[in-house]
Amino acid sequence: MRAQKIRNVVGTIVGFIIAFFILCPFFLVVINSAKTSADIVVSPITLPKNWAQMLTNFKGVINNTNFSYWSSFRSSMIITVVSLVLLTLFSSMAAWVLSRHHKEGWSNFIFMMFVAAMVIPFQVVMLPILTVFKNIGNFTGIQMLSSYKGVVFAYLGFGGSMSIFVLHGFIKGIPKELEEAAWIDGCSPEGTFFRVIMPLLRPVQMTVLILNGLWIWNDYLLPSIMLGLNGKIKTLPIAVSSFVGSYVKQWDLILSAAFLAMIPIVILFLVAQKQIIQGMVDGAIK
Amino acid sequence: MNTKNAKTLPLIFMVVGALLTIYALILDFMKSTGELRGYILILGVILLILGIFKIPNKKHTKIVNMVFLFPMIFTFAVTVIIPFILGIVYSFTDWNGIQVTKFVGLSNYITMFKQSDYVYSFVITVIYTVINMILVNVVGFALALVCSSKIKGTSFFRSAYFLPNLIGGLVLGYVWQFIFNKVFTTVFAGSVSMLTNANLALLAILIVNTWQYAGYIMLIYLTGLQTVPKDVLEAAGVDGASAITTLFKIKMPMIANTFTVCIFLTLVNSFKQFDLNLAITNGAPSRIMGADIIQSTELLALNIYNTAIRKNNYALGQTKAVVFFIILAVVSLTQVAISKKKEVEL
Repeated sequence: MRAQKIRNVVGTIVGFIIAFFILCPFFLVVINSAKTSADIVVSPITLPKNWAQMLTNFKGVINNTNFSYWSSFRSSMIITVVSLVLLTLFSSMAAWVLSRHHKEGWSNFIFMMFVAAMVIPFQVVMLPILTVFKNIGNFTGIQMLSSYKGVVFAYLGFGGSMSIFVLHGFIKGIPKELEEAAWIDGCSPEGTFFRVIMPLLRPVQMTVLILNGLWIWNDYLLPSIMLGLNGKIKTLPIAVSSFVGSYVKQWDLILSAAFLAMIPIVILFLVAQKQIIQGMVDGAIK
Repeated sequence: MNTKNAKTLPLIFMVVGALLTIYALILDFMKSTGELRGYILILGVILLILGIFKIPNKKHTKIVNMVFLFPMIFTFAVTVIIPFILGIVYSFTDWNGIQVTKFVGLSNYITMFKQSDYVYSFVITVIYTVINMILVNVVGFALALVCSSKIKGTSFFRSAYFLPNLIGGLVLGYVWQFIFNKVFTTVFAGSVSMLTNANLALLAILIVNTWQYAGYIMLIYLTGLQTVPKDVLEAAGVDGASAITTLFKIKMPMIANTFTVCIFLTLVNSFKQFDLNLAITNGAPSRIMGADIIQSTELLALNIYNTAIRKNNYALGQTKAVVFFIILAVVSLTQVAISKKKEVEL
């Protein structure tokens, strides 16, 4: 029994040491965003002399024209939220129709298309998609490049496969009797979907939201292609990269920018740890 | 009266929607340049769909199905299917991003494999992928063992180990560039930054990726480990099996499926590595190979990006991307085949 106890204590200590090393980069970001450039050169691993320096750094970074924190934050927010709302709604609708007809050929074919497309890496479509979007813009007058519309549209297309796949599996498990009961009570098909099915989908929609949310928020390649690196609209990752490009080796400012870019998601994680971890696991296993 | 009302409004919607759509399309075909025609088109299509959707009709269920499927299929077709097909076609042409003048057959594919920088990228990507797959899985599994043991604070450890996975590779890449260039050279006073050495720079990306990704793989192993029945473990304990025997003879064989999932997940993700590569090294430092100067840490995804976007060689970049896709497809098909085989065995 005592041996077991000692082993547990040693295990806990080992766990803490690993946690310390894994979190170390974050500590380094925090302490170094509170230093001047000169202090970092002297030593990047000591605690800062004066924490107030952090505010000075933040002010400099937030108002910087390459980074413009608030407007990048807003762009990232708009793109992520709008994409997530539409993606969750539309993919639930599609997955419902597909899974209710999963014995029929056409439904199976469409579903297999979505699943097979999960293999397609963004690199294969990133160049032709520019042509397609440019042509849509020329023909219909709806500008897809350098605009929110285009990015959201692209996320709907790319996020659809995974979302439909996850939702499809879940909806198959919902007994059909529920819908038949609603049908007998005189509910229309769309009413059945919104009143009966949608509420039941909430847990799995949470998974879809988290998986897509992290991906869209952190994504760099897609928005950099669609919005350009120095366009009017910048997401946070693009803003960080364009800031780094213009302030090479100014680590005090770069780390402050990185700090500001990380904060929103770290806060979100602290608030909704359980749901996020659960969502990530569910997404991976399905 | 009621049914008549129910019909009038959708009918008005349909007619107005159709008229607006046609009007917008006429403007489109007449090559008008007004921004407004786009919005007229969207409004027209939405009204048309609403009208069709709302009109009482015997085929209502079928219409609902179509309307529900439309948004996803439309966006999917425009952003994935059409560009994908175009992309494959472009890889056989001299496409420059704007127009195609002629078909060139397989010449892009041949040029590509003659370029030493591409072959080099290919080789290091394979090396990187294999080492990374092993590293991430070993570390991830070890972390899962820590988090599933009986020690205190496992939920804190789980969150802490997982945290790096939440933040984008690009931002973390810059942070680690700082760590390699400034922190490590201070801690190990007098040492030169790893990022200036061609071999060590690749190792640096491996370290960061393992750090970031192992927490995620850990979560999957943790879920796997939880499925091992408690009574089996207890029985092993009663029989006097040591912790190590239990691990190798009971736990690991029982979660063989989880290993397959994790191995393929890391294979695909390592192969697609882009953000960290761009932020940490961006291909640097260069290395001299025969007569050529080559970017020593340019993995395939970055090579494709640089070929197309930086060097403006669209056709060649697209060709490389197609080959990139083929490799990924083969890996995924292998995974499907393996898991199907396992299902049959079970």
